Amino acid sequence: MNDMRLTERNMTDHKIKMQARGVDVFYGHDQAIKNVDVDIEDNTVTAFIGPSGCGKSTFLRCLNRMNDTIDVCRVTGDIRLDDEDIYDPQVDPVQLRAKVGMVFQKPNPFPKSIYDNVAYGPKIHGLATNKAELDEIVEKSLRRAAIWDEAKDRLDQPGTGLSGGQQQRLCIARAVATNPEVLLMDEPCSALDPIATAQVEELIDELRERFSVVIVTHSMQQAARVSQKTAFFHLGELVEYGETSQIFTNPQDTRTESYITGRIG
Amino acid sequence: MTDITPNDARKASNNATTEAVKRSLARRNRKQLVLQGFGIGAIVIAFTVLFILVASLVRTGYTAFVQTHVTLDVYIDPAEISEEGLPRGGFRDVLTAAVLDNLPGADPEEDARGVRNILSNGAQFQLRDQIVEDPSLIGQTITLTVPLSDPFDQLNKGGVRRDTPEDQRRVDNQEMAWFDALDEAGIISTPFNIGLFTNADSRFPELAGLKGALVGSFWALLTCFLIAFPIGIGAAIYLEEFAPKNRLSDFIEVNINNLAAVPSVVFGLLALAVFIGWFGLPRSAPFVGGLTLALMTMPTIIIATRAALKAVPPSIREAALGVGASKHQVVFQHVLPLAMPGILTGTIIGLAQALGETAPLLLIGMNAFITSAPTSPFDAATALPTQIFIWADSPERGFTSRTSAAILVLLGFLVMMNGIAIYLRNKFERRW
Amino acid sequence: MTLAPFVILLLAALVGYAINLRAARAIRYGGSRLHSLQGFHGLFSLLLVIVPVLTLILVWLAVEGGIINRILLSSLPDGVLDGLGSGAIQLIGAEIRSIAGGRVFGTPEDWKLEAAERLITYREISSWLLVGVVGAVSLGLIYFARSRVAAEFRARQRVETITLGLMVFCAVVAIFTTIGIIAALTFETIKFFQLVPITEFLFGTNWEPQIPIREDQIAAEGAFGAVPVFLGTIVIATVALFIAVPIGLLTAIYLNEFAPGRLRKIVKPVLEILAGVPTVVYGFFAILVVAPALRQFGESLGLDVASNTALAAGGVMGIMLIPFISSFADDALSAVPRSLRDGALALGATRGEMMLNVLFPAAIPGIVGGVLLAVSRAIGETMIVVMAAGLIAKMTINPLDSVTAVTVQIVTLLIGDTAFDNPKTLAAFALGMMLFIATLVINVFALRIVRKYREIYD
Repeated sequence: MNDMRLTERNMTDHKIKMQARGVDVFYGHDQAIKNVDVDIEDNTVTAFIGPSGCGKSTFLRCLNRMNDTIDVCRVTGDIRLDDEDIYDPQVDPVQLRAKVGMVFQKPNPFPKSIYDNVAYGPKIHGLATNKAELDEIVEKSLRRAAIWDEAKDRLDQPGTGLSGGQQQRLCIARAVATNPEVLLMDEPCSALDPIATAQVEELIDELRERFSVVIVTHSMQQAARVSQKTAFFHLGELVEYGETSQIFTNPQDTRTESYITGRIG
Repeated sequence: MTDITPNDARKASNNATTEAVKRSLARRNRKQLVLQGFGIGAIVIAFTVLFILVASLVRTGYTAFVQTHVTLDVYIDPAEISEEGLPRGGFRDVLTAAVLDNLPGADPEEDARGVRNILSNGAQFQLRDQIVEDPSLIGQTITLTVPLSDPFDQLNKGGVRRDTPEDQRRVDNQEMAWFDALDEAGIISTPFNIGLFTNADSRFPELAGLKGALVGSFWALLTCFLIAFPIGIGAAIYLEEFAPKNRLSDFIEVNINNLAAVPSVVFGLLALAVFIGWFGLPRSAPFVGGLTLALMTMPTIIIATRAALKAVPPSIREAALGVGASKHQVVFQHVLPLAMPGILTGTIIGLAQALGETAPLLLIGMNAFITSAPTSPFDAATALPTQIFIWADSPERGFTSRTSAAILVLLGFLVMMNGIAIYLRNKFERRW
Repeated sequence: MTLAPFVILLLAALVGYAINLRAARAIRYGGSRLHSLQGFHGLFSLLLVIVPVLTLILVWLAVEGGIINRILLSSLPDGVLDGLGSGAIQLIGAEIRSIAGGRVFGTPEDWKLEAAERLITYREISSWLLVGVVGAVSLGLIYFARSRVAAEFRARQRVETITLGLMVFCAVVAIFTTIGIIAALTFETIKFFQLVPITEFLFGTNWEPQIPIREDQIAAEGAFGAVPVFLGTIVIATVALFIAVPIGLLTAIYLNEFAPGRLRKIVKPVLEILAGVPTVVYGFFAILVVAPALRQFGESLGLDVASNTALAAGGVMGIMLIPFISSFADDALSAVPRSLRDGALALGATRGEMMLNVLFPAAIPGIVGGVLLAVSRAIGETMIVVMAAGLIAKMTINPLDSVTAVTVQIVTLLIGDTAFDNPKTLAAFALGMMLFIATLVINVFALRIVRKYREIYD
């Protein structure tokens, strides 16, 4: 843990990018999320932590309406992106997901070339009018995901041929290629080895410059390393939300304290 | 923190993204709708075809489930039929006379030939059998219900349309008048066609029935079951529970998977060359048919049995092994009984496929014209699907509707068997 | 009489079981501790009797006919068989057999009647002999099994060894079947190529396999150039796939991604029904509905459409293949990991784009495997083409023309009386060989693709 960096971070006030109020999520008759309020700030890494099954991933998937793809899942409450209700019937989830990108637990490159993986989003959304523009977007995205140097000579080779850490950075490049405003990451390092994890964590910190990043993690050290804000979930409830330094050094709730100190989890 | 410049640039490009997405969205959603439309169209086509298939079979086939009969008072004229002459005699003339009695307008001499054709050719044999059984009927008048011949049967059922010009109609105006006279006399009836199930094949559609085919199919399926079921289960148990992972068991597995995909007509060639040519088994026998079907059904049973065995959780095996049972005891006393419902389901589905299988049976000669039902699995016989094939090849209109009726009977059996399989699966399905 | 040996066997097996059971029980009550449960001693006897004796009976019944036939033919008076071909001798044998079976046609020669009498006697002798042998062997085996009963005898292991052997035998039946297919096809095909040169068969373009009626008839040997037959099969299979592949794939795509659960629950069983309809039914459907409809439609366009077109046969075959392809494609699409779906959706792809750009390409290997299996089905499918396609082999690729197919020729060549020394009969086996090889190659290839594909995503 690097306490120096922890204190250095919470200096600027950022505007609120996403705002959730009174969110409940049901799977059939089971309630997975109970009345969660949270504000996601711009240019900030927000970490969701908590024991497994606490609903942190479920809540994350509400933020870009990925839960829509599960038939039995029902979301109520109010979630806003730039003050616009994302569950408004007027909003097409396709449009929302172009603005709120997502990276998954297991790297999931498409069985296509590296180039096509990154170019897929811009292509379907029509972000490039010609090949040169598309090439530029691909290069920029790969650079942002810190994988350009490794991938530039093998753009036409399948993305599935990369190592696990490279695949995950490729997936990040794929997500940033559509120019999202928010980037959701669902335990992005859980399938990676420590070196690859370190690389991805470093990348996350850089991504903060351009995006609002929300990361779900089961590793408290990771949350402490990369995030400025932390939300602690327990049994579907948001127990505590605040500055990462404060959550880790001076938790207000006894449950948070128990989790941080390793008594539950 | 140097987030001023990138943030501004970013806002601009974010807006560009939003705009681009908005612009393309309608077109992309339309594309998706088109895809969905194609999908629905494909399903509608499949459903429509199934509907047309069933509807056309029912439309042509339902008439075969009833048969036009005429009820006559027949005077058994001793001048025509004598006790000494049995089983020969003028049965046909006696019947013709009985019909003529009901047709006051017809001339007994000139029209006898035409009138005779109103009745089925089988009517005289029905009368003969009755008199041979009880010769004391000679000289008496008995009431007899006999089938009409095919053209008149069709006329009654609407298969022959009255508004077609006479020269294109199978029943001429005179014959139509006779039929109407009989109908007015109230002696025409159209009862359920029991003969369809109690008669064997015949050249005359009004007499042809499925008994031979049903019995033949029964023997063939029984043979198939008795051979394929034990061998299939034995093979599956060996491969799933005992076989070491070696070349031989790999080879057997590849073999079974390939056998399942060999065209059925090739099995027919095998049966013809090996069973009939080399072993000298009889042609057209349901036993040989069953043997052939068994070879074809075996892969299905093996695959189903292995799936059922695999579905039994290891905990059961471990529990039994833990109390000191041998591997054989574990398999035969614990695993196999638990897998039985799954095995039976697979077997019934395999037998249902075998019941509809036609090509191999044609090659071993089960398409013979045989007018009596087989009494053993070694007698020449037809089977349901081959009977359908024979009838489909016959030109008479009556056979068209009988073909459809036979298909409906076959489909009925298949639905029943699959129904039993589904029932078994639902009733005994366990979730471990 | 056929049943007698089986009845004796059954009784002997039960008796052996009972004897050994009692013997083992006696030892146990005598105070010794048995190595195996008494039931295993009984089972040991039962299996020891059943397995060899049943084999004996089956082998006996299999070879009996041939041996009796040979004795019978050699016992015929001198001279009656002189100068006759093998086919004619076979016919005489068949006639004698049918006389012996009580079906006398016309007035056969006296020596035939005598031979029939002798045949009946031989058969009786054979069956009594069988009964005797079965009885003697069974008794011997029962005695032997009884003599093994002892406290230390490992009856359970013995029983398990025997059952294991039986199971191995069952598994090997599959190999025997394949060997049987290959042997039967190879033998007859080689005989065929002795009569007709292989090059003519493979490259000839004239197929007229009729038997000569008069010796001096033109083309008395028939022509066996199979190219137009192969071509017919290809045309029909192509038509079938043109219908089945798009409809099957679109159905699978819709069911897999877009169909509401309730619709899926209706459509899947209906497709299973379509898959379960016997092909003879499809064949009748083709001649009853499809062919006349096509003809009418063609007439309305001023086209002359034959009544047994490749289009009708192939079209109906395509319908038969729809459920086959759709279920394969559905499985392949379902096997694509959820993470790829999620990945595409999270990028803002519509479900249609996700399906077409990600899921479908990822599932292509599995789908190709399924389509290949469908191809193999299409070329091996028999009843639909026998009923709906033509008999005359034509060098044409016009689907509105009447064409024939490999399976049609196999069936028509073999329906009716068959003698195994006639090129017409043997040609069917040569065609069967081609069919078997083609489908085998396609199947092995397809199964390999499917298996590899499963390994990728498992």
